[in-house]
Amino acid sequence: MDSPLVITLKTSIAATAVTFFLGIFFARAVINLRRFKGIADAILTLPMILPPTVVGFFLLLIFGKRSTIGKFLLQFDVSLVFTWQAAVIAAVVVSLPLMYRTTRGAFEQLDRNIIDAARTLGVSETKIFWQIMLPNARFGILAGTVLAFTRTMGEFGATMMFAGNIPGETQTMSTAIYAAVQANDYDLAFQQAILLVVLSMIFMVAVNFATAKK
Amino acid sequence: MKLDVYIRKNLRDFVLEVEFSVRDEIFALLGASGSGKSMTLKIIAGIEKPDEGRITLNGRTLFDSAKKINLPPQVRRVGYLFQNYALFPNMTVAENILFAAIGTRDEKLFKLKENLARFKLDGLENSYPHELSGGQAQRVAFARVLASHAELLLLDEPFSALDSHLKWQLERELNEVLKIYGAAILVSHDRAEVFRLADRVSVINAGKIEALGTKHEIFQRPPTKAAALLTGCQNISAAKKISDDKIFAEDWQLTLSAKKIPDDLKFIGIHAHALESCSEAGENIFPFEIIGVVEEPLNFTVTVRAAENALPLRWQVDKNFRDKNGEVFLCLLADKIIFLRG
Repeated sequence: MDSPLVITLKTSIAATAVTFFLGIFFARAVINLRRFKGIADAILTLPMILPPTVVGFFLLLIFGKRSTIGKFLLQFDVSLVFTWQAAVIAAVVVSLPLMYRTTRGAFEQLDRNIIDAARTLGVSETKIFWQIMLPNARFGILAGTVLAFTRTMGEFGATMMFAGNIPGETQTMSTAIYAAVQANDYDLAFQQAILLVVLSMIFMVAVNFATAKK
Repeated sequence: MKLDVYIRKNLRDFVLEVEFSVRDEIFALLGASGSGKSMTLKIIAGIEKPDEGRITLNGRTLFDSAKKINLPPQVRRVGYLFQNYALFPNMTVAENILFAAIGTRDEKLFKLKENLARFKLDGLENSYPHELSGGQAQRVAFARVLASHAELLLLDEPFSALDSHLKWQLERELNEVLKIYGAAILVSHDRAEVFRLADRVSVINAGKIEALGTKHEIFQRPPTKAAALLTGCQNISAAKKISDDKIFAEDWQLTLSAKKIPDDLKFIGIHAHALESCSEAGENIFPFEIIGVVEEPLNFTVTVRAAENALPLRWQVDKNFRDKNGEVFLCLLADKIIFLRG
């Protein structure tokens, strides 16, 4: 049986990996939109503004057994609700806006002339993206990844709603703290809370150290 | 090289509408900032899109609103030199050049070597753009364009970001590059730079080409007020033709004699250095009151006026000038007066 610490790390790493690619993908896609840019941006940012419980509730509706997607998945004997995968999905949805927004900002801050220069020199849009936009936006992308990762570590509401709080399966540190307090086990809650604080501190200091060098 | 351009684009303050052709020559667009000259270059390169128009380069149609042709910048083969050089910051000098070079691996390496040598960049191959001086960065930008497939060079204010003492050397180097290339459009607000580098000049004002001709034609006989100002004529006055050989300069309060005065005359101009001091009154010679003297590095600029309610003229006079108070007789030679349409 995995401890809340292990589940938190596993969920966060898996979710951040997904968010990393999705965030960059959506950032590029929205920048290139000619119409409906505002609407696309609002939809992608919504999970950041909504209470996480609302996000979790919608995820339940979308992936629940009565939904189209839920019924489709049931044909393959897959049910997402109250599983570890659900915790990952919840973490992805709540952390995606941070990754998307930070990456988009980094792309938009690139000197337009550099991209236009590449175009007039005959460099394809794909090559421009991989060899000019991505490398020159790397600090923004790193910052977005860090923000997304820390957000997934602290995720509570959407996870509770969609993945539940099953010890050994979906119980992360933040939901474990909640369960411990509910059960009046303040020692356990304190122990988990301190662990979370120390972990977050180590992570942030490591990131600051890594970026300050450059 | 053969470029034909007609474009029209609604901008915030005016409509940009220009038409010109460029052959194997250095063609300059001289205009104040915000006159639409940089936008014209961006439209030719395909970075901006005009509302309508037609652009052809060496027989290829780059843009044609009627036929719905709009080639992406990648395939236009138009090299654009940005004011800030726009080097790729994540790449070394060699990588910058190789990234733009075309051909097989060997051809690319040959182009790299050739252009590093041509622009005296040997030894800087592995430097990053932020480690280069302004002059070096500009040479890398040139090397990069020359290694690419560009058939035409567009230069957007190439020296505006440089100190004046660096400018001269780089401008001479650019002159050499342009000789190799043979065809370029230069956009600038610096008339001296335009005069030194270009063969033909067009003066652009509020989105319209007001004058187009050889640089000598344009600089000697600018046809409009904006062209006169941009080519360095400091003295301009509203004027009226009052008879076949007489003009009244309203701002200066002077009646001048001249020949072949056009009927559509609206302004006249005279260069500050074209005014000459005389000992006594005569045709086109008037007494002026000296109202100010400014010492410049190589001469004096003296402001004078013909009457109390007249606007002043600027007179450029050498360092021997002593009489800094009182009155002076100045001659506005008839063949130095520039007729301006408006």
